[in-house]
Amino acid sequence: MENFAVFVPRLLPQQEYLAPGHRACIGCGEALAMRLVAKALGRNVIVSNATGCMEIISTPYPTTSWRVPWIHTLFENASAVAAGIEAAVRIQNEKGTRKNTPKVVAMGGDGATFDIGLQSLSGAWERGHDFLYVCYDNEAYMNTGIQRSSATPFGAATTTSPAGKVSIGQTTAKKNMPAIAVAHDIPYVATACPSYPFDLMEKVSKAVATRGPSYLHVLSPCPTGWRHGGDISVKMGRLAVETGAFPLFEVVNGKYRLTMDFPKLRPVKDYLTPQGRFRHLPKDEVERIQQGVIREYEKLKKKAEA
Amino acid sequence: MAMVGMEGSLAMAEAARLANVDVVAAYPITPQTHIVERLAEMVANGELNASYIPVESEHSAMSACLGSSAAGARTFTATAGQGLELMHEVLYVASGLRLPIVMGVANRALSCPLSVWGDHSDVMAVRDTGWIQVFAENGQQAFDLTLCAFRIAEDPKVLFPVMVHIDGFHLSHVVEPLYLMEQEQVNSFLPPFSYPFPLDPDTPVTMGAFTVPILYSEARKSMETALRSTRVIINHIFADFARVSGRQYSAVEQYRSDDADTLLLTMGSYSQIAMDAVDQLRDRGEKVGLIRLRLWRPFPFDELRQAVENCQTLVVLDRCVSPAGPPGPVCSEVKAALYSQKKRPNVAGFIGGLGGRDLTPAEFVQMVERGRVIAAEGGEEIEMIGVRG
Repeated sequence: MENFAVFVPRLLPQQEYLAPGHRACIGCGEALAMRLVAKALGRNVIVSNATGCMEIISTPYPTTSWRVPWIHTLFENASAVAAGIEAAVRIQNEKGTRKNTPKVVAMGGDGATFDIGLQSLSGAWERGHDFLYVCYDNEAYMNTGIQRSSATPFGAATTTSPAGKVSIGQTTAKKNMPAIAVAHDIPYVATACPSYPFDLMEKVSKAVATRGPSYLHVLSPCPTGWRHGGDISVKMGRLAVETGAFPLFEVVNGKYRLTMDFPKLRPVKDYLTPQGRFRHLPKDEVERIQQGVIREYEKLKKKAEA
Repeated sequence: MAMVGMEGSLAMAEAARLANVDVVAAYPITPQTHIVERLAEMVANGELNASYIPVESEHSAMSACLGSSAAGARTFTATAGQGLELMHEVLYVASGLRLPIVMGVANRALSCPLSVWGDHSDVMAVRDTGWIQVFAENGQQAFDLTLCAFRIAEDPKVLFPVMVHIDGFHLSHVVEPLYLMEQEQVNSFLPPFSYPFPLDPDTPVTMGAFTVPILYSEARKSMETALRSTRVIINHIFADFARVSGRQYSAVEQYRSDDADTLLLTMGSYSQIAMDAVDQLRDRGEKVGLIRLRLWRPFPFDELRQAVENCQTLVVLDRCVSPAGPPGPVCSEVKAALYSQKKRPNVAGFIGGLGGRDLTPAEFVQMVERGRVIAAEGGEEIEMIGVRG
């Protein structure tokens, strides 16, 4: 592992395709994830970006952080736009009107993926377009000011699921988006986190090398919305993984595999405590969350062992 | 080219095939479905080499068209009624990004109550989306104007999306005699598509950046100015189409209107019924003519003003209600266009032909007679023609 940490970074390309100078918050885990995704994708790509934090921080007219062709149109349609690009490239190659064959990548936040854009994403998966969809999941509508989405975990306080005298915040469990992707029988599904950059980049490379639709679900710590210090975003991602709250795995042709496994999970309170969005939770609710994490992790392990 | 009998829908699909479209992204909806069914059949039979994307909604249909057109592919779709409304927000992006998508619209009423039949409620709701919009009045025009639409949309000085409106059922489903064109004829009129800034890794562009208040107005102004300036180019393209086909179109077309004291104004298929009514009235010795608005956007102000300047009464038919508003969107736009003119006719507006209701020549005659009275009195009441209660 020590050697890995020394040598692998040297093998990574120096070239950045998401230029610095964008307007993300200090410590933004999502911008970090997007930079790594762009690096792993390389230059031969076309990106379709849903409305959201990453669109807003990277392209205030007349500036852009993107060094690859990039299009933003609306909130809920990044997959449909990507489908149109993929179909265009395919026929242009066939008719000889385009020389290159770029990879097509759609990206959006959890609101664009879990909620408003789920229909167009499901449609694009079902039709089998050759594209990668990357979800940068920061577990709420952060761009509009921290409103709950169906990706918000149980117990988290947001501005539309506030903790109050008679409420503990979000009352529903996080939607299982990777399972929805797997249910579409697409060839490659994976979870990743920018706190594990090599794992993330490896998964991006695998995903775009796969023919057909692929899905990468990236947990992206958000200091602004999660209410933690901007200096511990990478640590927060590691805690999410080490506690089992956000396991790292991949599903290749329906076969689950844990890409990061731990003999013993850390207590989930290590992950919850540094975050202001959970600070109102009484001990019994933390315990309830702990039991839920263990239950889900065991279910996942069983799938991986099957 | 020999005359054939063909539905308006199929004629439109035939035009898209002759235009050698690269991508079709579409969702079924009555009364548009025959257009995209026929295109799917052509692709399945190898008559058309295109990517066909059978999307899961009209919102995604137009979104896929954005991606395809931005990647530099010639792109076609078709829709109607509710489908056009579901696309609504996407339509603004197509014109804002200057993507030359061509869309056939088989005009249909809007729910509620549900009606699959024709009127112009769907068109009027997308009036300000920044698309060029033309109205066909028969099957021949459905074919011709679709070909013109590709040439107009893709002209480097235009680069705007174009809607070709055909009235639901009255045009989409009626078999009419019409002339198709040979591939060579089409090729001499429509050059291969070359989008100036396609999404391409060799020349990366950022499309769809956001603007702050100090820039948004300028962006909208430049877009509006560009759309307005397409009127001249559209006229040139209609003239060039006449060179190839022998059929001449213009923004405002007239029928027996030279010495008319009363003019009817229509858009779409009812223009043909109105012509019958004009003939009947002319037979009675009345000086009545017809104005057919072929181009709805950009609005042909000059041509319209010129066409109506010598008449006393202008009777406008709307196939759409503007509830509790002015008599109808077309009538209020016509009135607004004439307000600044020193010499202008009195204008009366009627609403009719809603949700597939037929209008007869007798009803057009009635509109002329009643319209003269209303116009003289300066009435603002909404009158619906051929309605009970």
